[in-house]
Formats: sequence, C-alpha cells, structure tokens
Amino acid sequence: MRPDSPALGSIGHIGARALGAIEYVGGMWLLLVGTMRWTVRGLFTRKGRFSWSALASQVVRLGIRSTAVVIVVQFFVGVILALQMAPPLKPFGSMPMIANIIGVAVFRELGPLISAVVLSGFAGASIAAEIGAMAVSEEIEALRAHAISPIRFLVVPRVLGTVVAMLGLCVIADLAGALGGYASSRLVLGGEAYQGYWGRIAEQLGMFDFVTGLIKAGVFGLIISLLACHEGLKVSGGAQGVGRATTMTVVYTIFSLIFVDCIFTIIFYVYQW
Amino acid sequence: MTASIDNTQAEQTDVVVRVVDLAKTFDDLVVLDGLNFDVRRGETLVVIIGPSGCGKSTVLRLMIGGMTPTSGHVELLGANLNELDEKGLDAVRLRMGILFQSGALFNSMTVAENIALPFREHTDLDDETINIIVKMKLELVNLRHAANRMPAEISGGMKKRAGLARAIAMDPEVLFYDEPSAGLDPVTSAEIDQLIIDLKHKLAVTSVVVTHEMDSAFRIADRMIMLDQGKVLKIGDRQQFDALRNSPPTGETTEDLIRQFLRGDDAGPITDRRLRGGYEEDITTVGQMPGRRTSRNRGGIQHSNAV
Repeated sequence: MRPDSPALGSIGHIGARALGAIEYVGGMWLLLVGTMRWTVRGLFTRKGRFSWSALASQVVRLGIRSTAVVIVVQFFVGVILALQMAPPLKPFGSMPMIANIIGVAVFRELGPLISAVVLSGFAGASIAAEIGAMAVSEEIEALRAHAISPIRFLVVPRVLGTVVAMLGLCVIADLAGALGGYASSRLVLGGEAYQGYWGRIAEQLGMFDFVTGLIKAGVFGLIISLLACHEGLKVSGGAQGVGRATTMTVVYTIFSLIFVDCIFTIIFYVYQW
Repeated sequence: MTASIDNTQAEQTDVVVRVVDLAKTFDDLVVLDGLNFDVRRGETLVVIIGPSGCGKSTVLRLMIGGMTPTSGHVELLGANLNELDEKGLDAVRLRMGILFQSGALFNSMTVAENIALPFREHTDLDDETINIIVKMKLELVNLRHAANRMPAEISGGMKKRAGLARAIAMDPEVLFYDEPSAGLDPVTSAEIDQLIIDLKHKLAVTSVVVTHEMDSAFRIADRMIMLDQGKVLKIGDRQQFDALRNSPPTGETTEDLIRQFLRGDDAGPITDRRLRGGYEEDITTVGQMPGRRTSRNRGGIQHSNAV
C-alpha cells in the first residue's frame, strides 16, 4: 500500500480518533481522581479547606433553578405513561396495574434519567460555560499562579453540588412522576385506574427500587458535572471555544447518561436488584 | 580559591530566576531554542519579544512553572522547576506574583475579594485583618475607592492595577508582568509603568516584564533582553539598548534588526526577512492551499499558536 493511499489515510484517521477518545477518558479519570482526593482531603484535613458555603451556593444555583422544570417535565411524563399504557391494559382488566408500572418506571428509571437530562442542560451547560470563560480570561491560570488548585476551588464544589442537587431532584422527580400518573388516572382514566393508586405504588416498590434510582441519580450527577468541568477547563480559543465546550458538554452528557444507564440496568437485572 | 567560591555563592543567591538552555517545541515548531539568562535580585528585567512575535506566553509560562520545557530548565528562587511536583511548585508560587495581560481578576468576586482570596486560601487570618491588608494593597495601587466594585464595572487600567494589587498581596519576592501596558491608552500605560517603578522601590521586589511595547520597556527596565525566533539576540542594560536605538545603522544584521525593532522603523532587516517570505512561489502554486507546515517553513518566520 502506498503511504499516501486513501485507505491508509482513513486507518490513520480512525487511529487518531481512537487515541483522542482514550486521551479524553484518561483526562476525565484524572479529574475524577483529583476531585475525590481533594474532597477527602477537604473533609478530613484542615489544609484541604473544604468550603461548605461554596457547596451550598452550588446546590442552590444548580438544583433550585432546575427544580420547577424537573417537576413539570416529570409530571407530564407521568401523565403520558398512564395514558399510553391504558389502552393495551384495559382489555385484560389490568388498569389498576398502571400504578405498579408507573412506580417501577418512574422510581427506577425515569426519575433519575429525566432529572439528569434536565440538569445537563441547566447545570452542565452553565458549568462548562462558566469555567470555559474563566479559562479564556486567564482566571484558571491566575488560580494556579496563586497556588490554588482549580480542582479544589472550582471542580469539587460543582461536582458535589451537582450530585447533591441530583439526589434531591431525583426524589422530587419521582414524586412528580407518580403524581402525573395519578392525575391522568383520576381525571381521564376513571376509578379502576386511580382507586388504591398510592397503595399499589407503595406495595410494588421495595427499598431497592428507590435506592437503585438514587444510586443512578448520584452517578448521573457525577457524570454531568465532571464532563462539564473537563470541557470547561480545556477551553482555548476565546468565545468560540466556550460555545463549543457548552455544546459538547450537553451532547457528551446525554450520550454518557444513556450509556451508563444501560450498563446499570444490565447489572441490576443480572443481580435482580 | 575560597574567595572565588564565596563569590560564586554570592552570585548564586543573588540570582532570582535562572534560565538555562531553555528550549520548547510544539510538534515540529521550535518556539524557544536554548535561552540562557539570569534575573538578579532587586532588578527589573524586561524581556522584549522580538519581531517574530512568538514565544511570549511560552517564556512566561516556563518561568512560572505553568509549562514543562522540551529541554533545559528554569531555576526560580533557587528551585529547579523541572524537579518539583505540584506541591513543590505551589510552595514556590506562594513566593511569586504575576500580573496577567488582562488582569485575570475573578469575575464573580469584587476587587477586594479578589485581593483577599490568597489570604483566605493560604492563611488563617481573621476577616478584619484581611480587610486591613486588602485596603493597604489597594492603596499601593491607588484603587481603594474601587474595593467593592465588580471587575466588569471597572476600566482596563483599573483591572490591571487590581491585578497588580492581587499579585503583590502575599509580598512576593519576584513579580512577573505579562505585557503590563498592552491595550491601554498612553497615559494609563505610563501610570502603570510608574506603578511598576514605585513598587520596585517600595517593596524591593524583583520584576520580570515580558513585553513588546518599547516606550514602556525603556521607562521601567534596568536591564533588557531581546529575543527573536526563539533565541537571545542581546542582553544588556537599558543604557546599552538606548545607545543602540539612537545610533545609525551599521550594516551588521543583528544590530540593525534590534535597532529597527526598538525604533519601530518600517524598513530594515525585519521587513526584508518578511519580504523573503516566498510569496511568489506561494501564489504560483496553483490549486494547492499551503499546508500549515509548508507555509511556516517557507515563511522563514516562526508562528506559534501558543502566543
């Protein structure tokens, strides 16, 4: 094969993309390790200077702002689920099962996932844009020059803030989704669907269903914030770079969320959690 | 023998920054090619980035340990930066200050909070003490009135002064300036230069200024060093550079090149070099866009994305 042949060119291209992906994952891993190290150091040593106020302000900034959207979106998801399931369940006289199905779907799956998608738009994009703008205006370099670790100062409060916000949002989303299902059952589907609705949800759901949802929510929060921080920190090239980082954060986050969710679901299925 | 050892030791301790055979390449692009120079305690050394325009950020980042050299090393305050881990670098960074080109204030904090940050992060001082120190630092740069303003609400010159107040917050032994007068009007630029001179006298701080603003360079420098195409062209005190600037062309290329840059003449070795940039060849190569590498090599002038 000639050295300048198109086939060799595409192999080289694929190789370069693969190396790029490995480098990206490596960068994320280093950021995760750095974040964990600074969190532990911050919580257990005085020198780590953990700032509870910085964490609280991030939770408020990232979580509170997205709460209303999560409630509305998840309520609609509950409404849609109930209405979509009613026609196939009705001939079998299984309308009461709507509560059970909504319980599983929302608490195990849609609560964490939909909250994460909403939060990736709110928190992910805003973190990437904020840190990216700081990188462009030399603020990150200024932090380093003052012997202040950008990971400790910027990444740790944002990552922990997103995880905490995500856990809270997940619980709220679960309730909003179940409420949406109840509302459509009550207002549209009739007595069969809504009588004993809450009882059946409680009966269907074990502790594991709730906890697996929360575990996922925590991991999703980690993914959203780490990706956003990583994209933000590597911004170069001015305003264009910031725009690119924001877009890529949302794209990568949604891809990663679904991918990780799939892995979780397989693991939970295999171990029957 | 003993005397000579003593002398060497005295010389060693007198050197705040030592740059040894420093080289940096990005892929195949040579940005710095074996720099050697010292910065002595208490002086203001102005590093003039010459006509090729490259390597400004690289020189500065290498000197503050923000980047690893391809070869050679930098000794900052007696420590070889290549041999330090992040913790060691932080220890050195606490003894230096840097004024970034844009001021690099943290936009989410007021001017006062910006200056207080190093104290909150590195000391256990109470708020009241920190507030007093912040006021003192702001007074040094004549900016006490803007303490509670946000960076977005102040002018470019004020941002630089605030950045300078933050840089000197922890009483550094050495201060680095990245183009302190770039983007400022002549009066504000002169004010910043005067501030640099005042701070040198008040704080006895060693200063390294990287710039290509000649007016500013001649105002503040004790010594100057001129770089071009990654190499040192000339090191000397301000008077030597001034004499060179005011002398007529001699036909000696390097001297004429420095002279042209110092004066800002529109004809001379620099412009000749640019004219030899292979334009004819470029334009007659029909249907072929010059690749990055090709145009770089043809140009004879190095460009850098890192600048």
